[in-house]
Amino acid sequence: MTKSLNSNIPEGAMHEKWTQHKFNMKLVNPANKRKHTVIVVGSGLAGASAAASLSELGYKVKCFCFQDSPRRAHSIAAQGGINASKNYPNDGDSPRRLFYDTVKGGDFRAREANVHRLAEISNSIIDQCVAQGVPFAREYGGTLDNRSFGGAQVSRTFYARGQTGQQLLLGAYSALEKEIAKGSVEMFSRTEMLELIVIDGKARGIVTRNLVTGKIESHIADAVVLGTGGYGNAYFLSTNAMGCNVTATWRAHKKGAYFANPCYTQIHPTCIPVHGDSQSKLTLMSESLRNDGRVWVPKQADDKRPAKQIPEDERDYYLERKYPSFGNLVPRDLASRNAKYVCDEGRGVGPSGLAVYLDFADAIKRLGKDTIKARYGNLFDMYQRISASDPYKEPMMIYPAIHYTMGGLWVDYNLMSNLPGLFVIGEANFSDHGANRLGASALMQGLADGYFILPYTIGNYLAGTKIDPITVSHPDVATAEKTVINKTEQLLSIKGTRTVDDFHRELGLLLWDKCGMARDESGLKEALKRIPEIREAFWKDVNVLGSPGEFNQTLERAGRVADFLEFGELLVTDALHRKESCGGHFREEYQTDEGEAQRDDENFCYVAAWEFNGVGETPTLHKEALAFEEVHLTQRSYK
Amino acid sequence: MSAKTIKLTLKVWRQKNAKSKGKFETHKLDHVSPDASFLEMLDQLNENLTLKNNDPIAFDHDCREGICGMCGAVVNGEAHGPEKSTTLCQLHMRHFKNGDTIIIEPFRAKGFPVIKDLAIDRTAFDRVIQAGGYISVRTGSAPDANVILIPKDASDSAMDAAQCIGCGACVAACPNASAMLFVSAKINHLSLLPQGQPERYSRAKNMVLQMDKEGFGNCSNEYQCEAACPKDISVENIARMNRDYVKASL
Repeated sequence: MTKSLNSNIPEGAMHEKWTQHKFNMKLVNPANKRKHTVIVVGSGLAGASAAASLSELGYKVKCFCFQDSPRRAHSIAAQGGINASKNYPNDGDSPRRLFYDTVKGGDFRAREANVHRLAEISNSIIDQCVAQGVPFAREYGGTLDNRSFGGAQVSRTFYARGQTGQQLLLGAYSALEKEIAKGSVEMFSRTEMLELIVIDGKARGIVTRNLVTGKIESHIADAVVLGTGGYGNAYFLSTNAMGCNVTATWRAHKKGAYFANPCYTQIHPTCIPVHGDSQSKLTLMSESLRNDGRVWVPKQADDKRPAKQIPEDERDYYLERKYPSFGNLVPRDLASRNAKYVCDEGRGVGPSGLAVYLDFADAIKRLGKDTIKARYGNLFDMYQRISASDPYKEPMMIYPAIHYTMGGLWVDYNLMSNLPGLFVIGEANFSDHGANRLGASALMQGLADGYFILPYTIGNYLAGTKIDPITVSHPDVATAEKTVINKTEQLLSIKGTRTVDDFHRELGLLLWDKCGMARDESGLKEALKRIPEIREAFWKDVNVLGSPGEFNQTLERAGRVADFLEFGELLVTDALHRKESCGGHFREEYQTDEGEAQRDDENFCYVAAWEFNGVGETPTLHKEALAFEEVHLTQRSYK
Repeated sequence: MSAKTIKLTLKVWRQKNAKSKGKFETHKLDHVSPDASFLEMLDQLNENLTLKNNDPIAFDHDCREGICGMCGAVVNGEAHGPEKSTTLCQLHMRHFKNGDTIIIEPFRAKGFPVIKDLAIDRTAFDRVIQAGGYISVRTGSAPDANVILIPKDASDSAMDAAQCIGCGACVAACPNASAMLFVSAKINHLSLLPQGQPERYSRAKNMVLQMDKEGFGNCSNEYQCEAACPKDISVENIARMNRDYVKASL
């Protein structure tokens, strides 16, 4: 059964929607704001900026993170930069161009009105961050520097060396700490959300576990905001931090929030390859490396000679060969998929055969070692530290890895899920990137949501909704706590023979193999059969040691892996249902004669939002039709 | 990428919680890949311990790419181990030899109570930031970004200080458990920028007072902090902070 969804996009011309909507939205009287409590889960760019901004407005805020400090959220690892349409370089940028690029880059699977708003807001983000003291790169005259990034035709990316995410997060964190000091934000570090409390159809609170003492607690509020990031760690190996998880969004999904487009996953082409069985995570290197590096593999399969002994005419610079106009700078999805193809043909390099060369020899010859060092020195150092090979002398070895997830909880234009009172921001929602995110857009979206969208839309909800006073003694709160306690006890009682990581690795390898860079019907069907088997084995045979009332990292991981084992099935279900290729979702059956992604706009130009019907049960599909009024549907081409 | 593995003897600090007394526990670990990171080596030990129904070693970590600042331990007497400018998660086992004995302890300081084994409580750093480690600007009240012109060298110096990841290695390395490198890096990041001027002196004073209140020691110019810092934060920051603090106190 399929139902349709209302995205609540305001009326009016595209460029007037947000301005008009801001005027139309109801306001909460300043004196009444302190009577409202808002819960913010997650303290990354979206969560920290939202918590700080809501507190500045006068709301009472409770903010939660599982790390030891809000400053550690994984936004911190973003390297490249943040986009904004300031047009400081005078090269023709505008909010409209940023909007256009983002809709097209997302392969026409994002909501136009949201993307337009994002492009409009982008400039205010830069202003705000500079005022906070974010040390963006500057020109000698003291103005801000911009660079071109991710194949954009204008220079709109602001950056702070290779640590843009870190500096933006420290800005948001400092704003958050300022509000904590004032006493209007209460911060709960090392605290994990394990259940959403829904009363009378509205999100009214969360159940948490204190990760140090194990104490289970409930928190009641007038609205709940999830800024809990993406689900890339379902794949076990990813560029995400070890703690990144789907638990908050998945448990909200199980309480009725729809999960949208989970099959849209982004695979980053320039990561350091897997070294062996003990590998715990993958490290990304900025894709700026592809500006000067040439990607190649041997022409012959199983060529075990060292790179230097392979003569020029026995090398296949496959990206330059297949895409003469874009060459090594094709978008992330194409670069990744082609690396997979050459490795599938047995032409991969390195001990595992799952790597391709990224060679700087020509660039060093042309520009000199000093220039290359000035451009990429820190990346070369990082590569050498991890792989013990000198990229000035030997070509780098790279391989794609899961990096970002475009899918997430479904939200309307106000960033509210279908559950009233539950707002979802940043990577945790599905909103703005469609089927593929452009470089330097994740930081922009997280901060747009937190600083400049949610503070308005949540006021509209609070002012226009009757919210009954309740306390933690409400019977539904006790029920929610009981669910958490039971699950914890169950995990600790199995005392099986396999470790949590062992199950996680098994799930991850399966998803990577069947629902990774390229997918097909038979593989997806096989994954749908295997995931419930792994899940069943987990609940029979996992070994979680220790007790619930202590600092127990195995128990934390077990809960997250249990959720990945349920979520994985939805990810694959969505990928199977979407019988087209778009952006990060590539179905082998649906490609053009040249091997490019073939969209099916007639049948799949919609957001797929899934409703939970029970573990192992088929979820119900709800569709939000996407209309493209401003940017016309076209086939992407990078030939 | 080498195929050979190494064997190690690990002496690891075990401590059930903040109140209990800790002790070293010795474990043998075989088949360690030289390409594994130090934390992946600990993962391997924990997998072995779990399969034998022994409590795995608690240690903090998250991004595993040297930027979140969550990991850290003292390895053979050095915070984050022997490699310069390297966090524990970026230290690789190829820097150890077959047959080595490795001693692993938590960062030790009065201001960083042990939670369990190698995991410590660093919330003191958050409280130091609460005391003034910010610029008071409300969301939405900022002028256009290019209205504030900042000389490139000032911006670069601010960035040098702002790179601090808040891991606490400086405190662990200091014989006095002083937090001055951390606090000065945070203060100077903002005091070097025009935006940071209005609150410059109150910020320095309040953050230093909070630092003292948290039980961190004083600086006696050992420079161990700079040597241990994975982000190469310079001790010059401490001198600069002291100048601002004195001015603020006059």
